[in-house]
Amino acid sequence: MGFFLETLIGGLMAGMLYSLVALGFVLIFKASGVFNFAQGAMVLFAALAMARFSTWIPQWLGLESAALANVLAFLAAGAVMFLVAWLVERLVLRHLVNQEGATLLMATLGIAYILEGIGGTLFGSDIYKIDVGMPKEPVMILEHVFDGGLLINKEDFVAASIAALLVALLALFFQKTTTGRALRAVADDHQAAQSIGIPLHRIWFIVWCVAGVVALVAGVIWGSKLGVQFSLSTVALRGLPVVILGGLTSIPGAIIGGLIIGVGEKLSEVYLGPLIGGGIEIWFAYQLALVFLLLRPQGLFGEKIIDRV
Amino acid sequence: MKSIKLAVAGAAIASLLSTPNVIAQAKEQFFPVLVYRTGAYAPNGSQWANGYVDYLKLVNAKGGINGVKISFEECETAYATDRGVECYERLKGKNGGATLFQPLSTGVTFALTEKAPVDKIPLITAGYGRSESQNGAVFTWNFPLLGTYWVGAEVAIQHIAKKEGGVAKLKGRKIALVYHDSPYGKEPIPVLQELARNHGFELQLLPVAHPGVEQKATWLQVRQQKPDYVLLWGWGVMNSTALREAQSTGYPREKMIGIWWAGAEPDVKDVAEGAKGYNALTLQHGAEPNAKVVKDLRELVYAKGQGTGPKEDVGQVLYMRGLISAMLGVEGVRKAQERYGKGKVMSGEQVRWGLENLSLDQKTLDGMGFAGVMRPVQTSCLDHMGSSWVRVHTWSGSKWEFTSDWYQADEKVLRPMVMLASSKYAEEKKLKPRTPEECKK
Repeated sequence: MGFFLETLIGGLMAGMLYSLVALGFVLIFKASGVFNFAQGAMVLFAALAMARFSTWIPQWLGLESAALANVLAFLAAGAVMFLVAWLVERLVLRHLVNQEGATLLMATLGIAYILEGIGGTLFGSDIYKIDVGMPKEPVMILEHVFDGGLLINKEDFVAASIAALLVALLALFFQKTTTGRALRAVADDHQAAQSIGIPLHRIWFIVWCVAGVVALVAGVIWGSKLGVQFSLSTVALRGLPVVILGGLTSIPGAIIGGLIIGVGEKLSEVYLGPLIGGGIEIWFAYQLALVFLLLRPQGLFGEKIIDRV
Repeated sequence: MKSIKLAVAGAAIASLLSTPNVIAQAKEQFFPVLVYRTGAYAPNGSQWANGYVDYLKLVNAKGGINGVKISFEECETAYATDRGVECYERLKGKNGGATLFQPLSTGVTFALTEKAPVDKIPLITAGYGRSESQNGAVFTWNFPLLGTYWVGAEVAIQHIAKKEGGVAKLKGRKIALVYHDSPYGKEPIPVLQELARNHGFELQLLPVAHPGVEQKATWLQVRQQKPDYVLLWGWGVMNSTALREAQSTGYPREKMIGIWWAGAEPDVKDVAEGAKGYNALTLQHGAEPNAKVVKDLRELVYAKGQGTGPKEDVGQVLYMRGLISAMLGVEGVRKAQERYGKGKVMSGEQVRWGLENLSLDQKTLDGMGFAGVMRPVQTSCLDHMGSSWVRVHTWSGSKWEFTSDWYQADEKVLRPMVMLASSKYAEEKKLKPRTPEECKK
């Protein structure tokens, strides 16, 4: 029982991180109807910026405080992501207003390759470290209840808490603020939103900025866990089954979807994996998402689209 | 008539333009270099590539191979098999023909194993590739020089047995293999299964999907099963992630032994203290910043601003692996020149003869600047591996330090397996193995 709970908790915490990555997809899709293939590259780009600035800033300013260097690096990386958002809006999206969804999708694919290439050129392709003081050693709880206790990974716990907080803030932003409502209006219909005076270009800039910040937080968390390197861009793949399952337009869907995928893949790897050769967690997540799609094609919380003909 | 004149003139101009180029090429030995400086495995692939290319530059700086300068061209594979094959096809006939290929990927090696005999180009796979390709009678163009994954697996168990106080003490022990779920990661499994049967230990197989950034479920299983030792067969980000997960599940790093592709600086430097005590096999060498050959490189290549990568990487583990891989190829050419003419450019077929007759004794190696780095290598037509010397080094928290004496793989265990697997391959492909008599030709 103890081991099952450990796996379950591990899955929930991993799932919370997947939710954070999935949120990047959901945000941009909600505001522009674009499935942003560049989300993984944005995570990598943001993490590279954070890692490199946290090394460069102390050298430039002669700082000795690691905490202050990290704060400044985070702000600088945030500024870089805002610049990316501005460039994406000016150079790509502005020219593709009212184009087919497939055109926008291909444009984001191009953005992904450009970000990965420029990221490597600007910041290098070595492995870089982000040290924001995340605890690495595990902690044991309930030792008197379960034989050997329950092992909790403190780093995952802190990361999942940060992710949960960010998800909650973004949910509030979308539901309770004027800008959030404008973002949702743009997602529903570009032309209708423009006709009532919502500035489309500004909204797109804002949402890419928000997605950039989400990518930065995801990049810091995953970069701290894995080291900052090219593989971070594959982290986005962990978010794909989450959005398939949770629905592309739903923030609660991203959260619940993340948790279901996290728990599902860990339990499947541990209990089903040994029976069929192991190494199944990645494809099992997609399998799980597809099963949900059979029952609810729009995802768990996605909007049901009815076109009248 | 006008078009014929134009065609003749065009051909004449083309021949005039191309002739000096052909002459220039004829004096150069062309080494295609398959690299991965991008993609998930770039941090590891770049270091290997830098060492490889730097050594070729060093040979040129010293006058070439008996006067024959080396030309080289990189092709980016991103560790993808399809791109590796594409690079091979693009470079095999370039600049007078490829001397040899070193794909640095077991997947690409599997794909090229059937192409190399057709094109008559040797494949050097130092420390990777198909383990049964040690048998030169069947795998006539593959050269898994210095060691194979079967060597690594066998030596890892030898090392564990030594730590436990003898082979008999392995009975009832539990050993887990955490491996990259790819041809590379699966290579050691047959040997480990054979040894588990022979010595009575339990083998637990834990695959990790590419690229290995998510291993929580794997390490929860390690925590549940509590193996006495974990063998790590990873590459790139999988290794550092495994060490981080071991730390976060409390598995002792001292009980972990990595293959030589899981024992370099990129695998541990960010985990730092968290990886302290972690062991890895070495393909003879470790980090060798003080080796004579490295000093030569600093003086003759880096001091002139011709170094390929960052100065601080020179002498690190994977850099040395690339450097030694290049050296083995160069020595194959040098040996071939002894038979086919000093100062001449060698063909792939001639280089194969050179690689089959490599005889690098300790005096020669020491003279080349590899004292303390390498032990002798002696290949033959039937043995394409040449040596199986392995040491163990351990991460101190800031650097790799050798912590074992030299091991050699037990041929009594491996030879029958190599013969069986290679015979099966020959049967499948309808190949007639070379006889010792044919080897003498």
